[in-house]
Amino acid sequence: MAKSPEEEHPTKAFGWAATDPSGALSPFKFSRRATGEKDVRFKVLYCGICHSDLHMVKNEWGSSTYPLVPGHEIVGIVTEVGSKVEKFKVGDKVGVGCMVGACHSCDSCADDLENYCPKIILTYGATYYDGTTTHGGYSDVMIAEERYVVRFPDNLPLDAGAPLLCAGITVYSPLQHFGFTKPGMHIGVVGLGGLGHVAVKFAKAFGVKVTVISTSPSKKKEATEHLGADSFLVSRDPDQMQAAMGTMDGIIDTVSAVHPLFPLIGLLKSHGKLVMVGAPDRPLELPIFPLLMGRKIVAGSCIGGMKETQEMIDFAGKHNITADVEVISIDYVNTAMERLRKADVRYRFVIDIGNTLKAA
Amino acid sequence: MAKSPEEHPQKAFGWAARDPSGTLSPFHFSRRENGDEDVTVKILYCGVCHSDLHSVKNEWGITRYPIVPGHEIVGIVIQLGNNVKKFKMGDRVGVGVLVGSCKTCETCQQDLENYCPSMIFTYNSTSQDGTRTYGGYSDIVVVDQRYVLRIPDNLPSDAAAPLLCAGITVYSPMKYYGMTEPGKHLGVAGLGGLGHVAVKFGKAFGLKVTVISTSPNKEDEAINKLGADSFLVSTNPEKVQAALGTMDYIIDTVSAIHSLAPLLAMLKLNGKLITVGLPDKPLELPIFPLVMGRKLIGGSDIGGIKETQEMLDFCAKHNITADIELIQMDYINTAMKRLSKSDVKYRFVIDVANSLSQ
Repeated sequence: MAKSPEEEHPTKAFGWAATDPSGALSPFKFSRRATGEKDVRFKVLYCGICHSDLHMVKNEWGSSTYPLVPGHEIVGIVTEVGSKVEKFKVGDKVGVGCMVGACHSCDSCADDLENYCPKIILTYGATYYDGTTTHGGYSDVMIAEERYVVRFPDNLPLDAGAPLLCAGITVYSPLQHFGFTKPGMHIGVVGLGGLGHVAVKFAKAFGVKVTVISTSPSKKKEATEHLGADSFLVSRDPDQMQAAMGTMDGIIDTVSAVHPLFPLIGLLKSHGKLVMVGAPDRPLELPIFPLLMGRKIVAGSCIGGMKETQEMIDFAGKHNITADVEVISIDYVNTAMERLRKADVRYRFVIDIGNTLKAA
Repeated sequence: MAKSPEEHPQKAFGWAARDPSGTLSPFHFSRRENGDEDVTVKILYCGVCHSDLHSVKNEWGITRYPIVPGHEIVGIVIQLGNNVKKFKMGDRVGVGVLVGSCKTCETCQQDLENYCPSMIFTYNSTSQDGTRTYGGYSDIVVVDQRYVLRIPDNLPSDAAAPLLCAGITVYSPMKYYGMTEPGKHLGVAGLGGLGHVAVKFGKAFGLKVTVISTSPNKEDEAINKLGADSFLVSTNPEKVQAALGTMDYIIDTVSAIHSLAPLLAMLKLNGKLITVGLPDKPLELPIFPLVMGRKLIGGSDIGGIKETQEMLDFCAKHNITADIELIQMDYINTAMKRLSKSDVKYRFVIDVANSLSQ
């Protein structure tokens, strides 16, 4: 007979979980495995709320099993390390992102691209090597193999740094892979939310010109004055879009809602690349003529490997880049989810786990 | 006032369509005087490209009538401009899809005239002097030497003609997108004029080649005549399932509306789907497979003149030509009907010199 979440593992853990597709989160007692020889255990201080968490608690992708403890932008302080752990010690500031395991024998794993391993184990809602369900960072303690843990530089605040673990790497990886980092290039960022605002900050740090493309004219001031974007285009304004045609070397599209690709392809110079990091749940219309006439590309990208995640955190530390966050208590999480659904946040909620998550 | 088609000094004769029925019939017009940079070509053969069919019927909405199609032209040099040094009288030459560009922009300077914003097409375009361009279903053509290709000695003129559009249209993206690493697996979607040449190029590059088609009756030829390693019918779910995640790249030559989802699914991680066909409406692009597999879909449009010559030389080295059905000029309307039903293996070529008579 299957063990209960509390009895599965030897050490007690406490968090908030969704128990059905209503997505409502509530206190949940469970357990974590004993610290294995390659494991790093840490006390969770903060956890970012990613839009994926919202999709998952409501089973919008059809893959959720309950109870589900979300959270894959997890930061904290190391409390115990296994005997074979070399990179971390007690007291270190660390983080865990979207994955906690992979096969380690395929080509992707060999290339430090665990994110593309067909046997990737996600931080929550997945099945671990021992057959148990993985639980995420809306919880008091986290444990993961050393390979899936990143070190936080001292100068990065943990609350504002947490969202880098998913939002950050999700935009950093394609900026690098598709070569959008040469000074003087002109890069567009579509959508100014959790992913988009970090993309603007990274792109500026790379020395490229950045234009934000958004449906909301009200975001212009923040984009240009606070985030440092060079310009701002309202995508529903045909004159603005027309004037910008053929001006961008690359575009990072963070929007998950269904939206037209035709105007975005038009913004690209010839040989330009449109990279999708948001994944709409229905196919988009792809106009073929403009793709051919300019030898343009539409590509996708999904989070990033562990090596590049550490590289991204170090880059953020060097350039003092963090997310813009609204820190909340755990009791606020259901309200936060509702606000997130309406994109009512600048630009990421982060749960203050350390101070507000207390077992009953 | 717009000039008539007889506005230039050299008389010319060809077949033109005069309305969107697309029916072609004899047409008298004229060619410009051979300038210092020009070569005049007596046309021997002209391939019938599917673009010709789209154009005569105005399916892309940009046709101006009368239209003389034809952009897969092979012929003999009969006149040379004073500045022309790379050709001599009697040379066998080819003219493809382009006869002009601005020559000064960044893309022209990179030998990518096909991406020049001011490029001039061999037919249905406006020349620098304001007159319309007319294509190769005709007896002569006058072209700036920059846009004229040399046909290698060992390639027969008739079977080489389709290389000037079909050939370069698949060769260029195969090189640009790196689809040339021996041992890798290439999918070719669509086995028509473009597709069958892509199979031959793929084998010449040392690739494993799978043909992806909706027509089961093309399998025997694909494997036994063209040299493809395997063949799958894209509407057969079991075959598609078995091929999931097996291809490094796919070149999609299909112009009909079709589903991209199975093609994307057949790509490996980081796989590339390159589209060279021109459907007249947008296609549906599922985003999840792009994101989950870091896959891409890229476009490509013919090729620059330098790489067109490189492609012809590659064909000479590997003895690659198109598989053609040679026809007389007055068969052209029947050929167009058959082409619209994909009833040709795999390109019609008009025997212009022997059958175009006034």
